[in-house]
Amino acid sequence: MANTLQLQIVTPDAQAYSELVEMVTLPGAEGEMGVYPNHVPLMTQIVPGEIVVRKDGQEVYLAVGEGFVEITGERVAVLTDMAIPVDQIDETKAEEARQRAEARLSEQLNDEESATVHASLANSLAQITVKRRRQRH
Amino acid sequence: MPSTRDIRRRIKSVKNTAQITKAMQMVAASKMRKAQQAALAGRPYADLMNKVLAALVTESKDFSHPLVERRQGQTRCVIVVSTDKGLCGGLNSALMRDAAKFEPGTKFISAGRKASQFLARTKRALVAEFTYKDAPSFSEARAISKFAQDVYLKGEADRVDILFTRFVSTLVQKPETRQLLPVGEIKPVTAGVGAKAEEGREAGAGWGEFLFEPNQEQVLGALLPHSLNFQVYQILLEAKASEHSARMVAMKNATDNAQQFIKDLTLEYNKLRQANITKELLEISTAAMAMG
Repeated sequence: MANTLQLQIVTPDAQAYSELVEMVTLPGAEGEMGVYPNHVPLMTQIVPGEIVVRKDGQEVYLAVGEGFVEITGERVAVLTDMAIPVDQIDETKAEEARQRAEARLSEQLNDEESATVHASLANSLAQITVKRRRQRH
Repeated sequence: MPSTRDIRRRIKSVKNTAQITKAMQMVAASKMRKAQQAALAGRPYADLMNKVLAALVTESKDFSHPLVERRQGQTRCVIVVSTDKGLCGGLNSALMRDAAKFEPGTKFISAGRKASQFLARTKRALVAEFTYKDAPSFSEARAISKFAQDVYLKGEADRVDILFTRFVSTLVQKPETRQLLPVGEIKPVTAGVGAKAEEGREAGAGWGEFLFEPNQEQVLGALLPHSLNFQVYQILLEAKASEHSARMVAMKNATDNAQQFIKDLTLEYNKLRQANITKELLEISTAAMAMG
């Protein structure tokens, strides 16, 4: 059996990540979830947060938005609306986006708008959290 | 017989037209590149989404969801995706020819101003109008798709199709009708030059049943509408790529025609000028002879 996973992370704009990895940790809807090779086939949803990828003993961090994950024994496919590696996160920009979103929350919004604002707020929060947590190391 | 001054005036006006069409051609060319790139960039996502869905539909036998359910009724609803502006050759007229073929009872949803105008003029049942920007955003696509799903779920239509211009190549765009609801066979949305149809059924093969977390209803309930939204988004991108390609080609033809016209007019102008000079010379020499 294979002892690596083919990890694919795609967003509507591009294929963000595609590598053979040893392990991946996902921000599942029901809590954090670690996936090793030969995992049982699983479909799940993810919430905005952090994906930790272990490859060749090194850890890589990505901030991701809402999405879906398909896991088979040898493949993990992540469909999400945002995926940014930690070294490409611009903290000031994310912070600005968070403040903009928060300011808009206080306005009168219809369902559609409020869903969009909440999504962008969650995305920018995820970026900020990931960036700050990983800077300390 | 026009005078030389008349011809000069016409040449000037044709030159102005050529300048404008040339500028529009350039703008369309750059927009076309952007639109094509956007359509191509979304393909890995679309492919993967289709794979996942196809795997799910084949894997889970007891699969049922209101959006998948087939109904007996005959009421149809069609989303027509057109452009906002004209000057793009036969793109919209080809599209409208197809739109006019649907049975009289069909309900229509329009995206783009040309479709709204056409449907209003032909007095079709237009239930909603949507607009989308030059760079279509996902939220615009979601609004359209959400409305279509509501229409379907409320039972106002038993089948929803989408009519748009498929981007085949820069020179060829074809109107195409695709079934959106109920979700049937899952087909990848192809876009761009040399797009390959992806085999969607191999995923998950040999892996038995999928587990779902939190549960099947919730995952499918979220995934199905999302995949429809994304499908509409891909279609909007493709329609934009078609529009800009068609406009670029139309404007290139217009520029070429104007240039040819300028050439013809210049030739005529020179002939006339030459004739005038010859006439004057003749007059002078005749006068000189008469004097002598």
